Amino acid sequence: MPVLVYTESEQGKFKKIALEATSYAKGVADMLGTTVTAVSINGGDASELGTYGASKVLQVSDSKLEQFNAKAYADAIAQAAQNESAKVVIISSSANAKFLAPLLAVQLNASYAPNVVALPEGTSPFVVKSNVFTNKAFAKAELKSDTKLIGLSKNAYGLKENPTTAATEDFSPSLSDADFSVKVESVDKVTGKATIADAEIVVSGGRGLKGPENWGMIEELAEVLGAATACSKPVSDMGWRPHGEHVGQTGKPVASNLYIAIGISGAIQHLAGISSSKVKVVINNDPEAPFFKAADYGIVGDAFEVVPKLIEKLKEFKANNA
Amino acid sequence: MKILVCISHVPDTTSKINFTDNNTQFDTNGVQFVINPNDEFGLTRAMWFKEKQGATLHVVNVGGPETEPTLRKALAIGADEAIRVNATPTDGFFVAKQLAAVMQEGGYDLVIAGRESIDYNGGMVPGMLASITGANFVNTCISLEVDGNNAKAIREIDGGKETLSTTLPLVIGGQKGLVEESDLRIPNMRGIMQARQKPLKVVEAADAENTTQITGYEKPAPKGAVKMVDADNVEELINLLHNEAKVI
Repeated sequence: MPVLVYTESEQGKFKKIALEATSYAKGVADMLGTTVTAVSINGGDASELGTYGASKVLQVSDSKLEQFNAKAYADAIAQAAQNESAKVVIISSSANAKFLAPLLAVQLNASYAPNVVALPEGTSPFVVKSNVFTNKAFAKAELKSDTKLIGLSKNAYGLKENPTTAATEDFSPSLSDADFSVKVESVDKVTGKATIADAEIVVSGGRGLKGPENWGMIEELAEVLGAATACSKPVSDMGWRPHGEHVGQTGKPVASNLYIAIGISGAIQHLAGISSSKVKVVINNDPEAPFFKAADYGIVGDAFEVVPKLIEKLKEFKANNA
Repeated sequence: MKILVCISHVPDTTSKINFTDNNTQFDTNGVQFVINPNDEFGLTRAMWFKEKQGATLHVVNVGGPETEPTLRKALAIGADEAIRVNATPTDGFFVAKQLAAVMQEGGYDLVIAGRESIDYNGGMVPGMLASITGANFVNTCISLEVDGNNAKAIREIDGGKETLSTTLPLVIGGQKGLVEESDLRIPNMRGIMQARQKPLKVVEAADAENTTQITGYEKPAPKGAVKMVDADNVEELINLLHNEAKVI
């Protein structure tokens, strides 16, 4: 009974979160004395999954699954789990994974733990630790059902290499029309730009920037760093930036390696939403801004002076370290 | 159209999170409870369906008697009827089974829930509810139109959005975008008075087991002090991020 991991890909390449989920699955498999089987849907090069510990890869190639469809994908993964008699299934915390997870849990009659941050504390009983209260606390929960579904928080476990030879096998789940009862009409996605979900670095702007016309330097800083852009709640509420950029408790969570907050005071809801980021930098002209208490590095200064200088120096740094 | 809006009763976003009983219970002392923000966007969108398309609007919560003021608030905003399933909601699968019983009993066409509650952030109840009842499901929904039996929804994806078409019965996990922050309604005195007369039905829990059991809580380790860098010395920040934090 191997541990099954669903490995997401985009444009035929495995996403970093898929490799992290595979690393984690290997950790769980070692605890259980078993191996890792990955299931990949129209995915990338299986040997890459071997690098992180998968010893078998079920490859689903189906033109009907070219576009993500939660119900159909959940059905395919459930059939893969049944095919492998897997009792532990690992997925990521991407928007798509969170969409399909509850459907998969019902289909497998599984205990589902989302936002898991570490390897299980034990496997009998099977206890996992998760983020709750928007990162303000952790809960430890026992997963009591025979089958367990674990949603791994992004950037919580990291990539761990465990070179294994991955045997590949074609897998053809049987899908019905009912699996496609929600149809994708169109996708509107910016390509070639880092997303908040996947970016290693996120540059975020707040009300301190005074107006939407001043976002040029935020975008330029993000471009120099290969970062995604984000914003605080007031900025999105005032319509300065699109909703999709709002990060915080009622917006998107951020779990990047580096989060740079510019002109954001640091309301408790904002800090909760970004607290899974590893390193936080704040630039604010108010030394009393609460964000300084939550940050790793801080600069007290006028964003309109500091940010252009930072961009200039970062360009020099990038040129010297290319 | 019969609409059911799922209402979670959650600590206000400004709440300090603490635990009691040797870190096994959430400390509700001094905590203000509110309608889960993601649910409130859904409730407000549901009011639009009620007012523009003549929909019937019920709200439901799985919880103890202490959640009734939150349900009354939803009635004051404009829901026609409230249902409280009398049970302690400690497991998402359990809650989804309770809601499935309510959904099937009431013959609802559309169930609007929040993408996640801001307390346990599970994000699983709407999808499980859809899966148990065989309804269609759209998560992270930021726009919803219903025309007869057909629904058009937009969902937020990583880095963009996706337009979907489906049919009723439908469950959505909603969030901001369904309506804007400025569309949210504060109950007025007339609404509050009317809410007292509206039905709030208490039903007993359906037979279901918890699939998970929380054994304890932990708070994150306290963070070290912030390292300040002079505004005239941004090179130092780059140096620290490169050599110390190793993130660039």
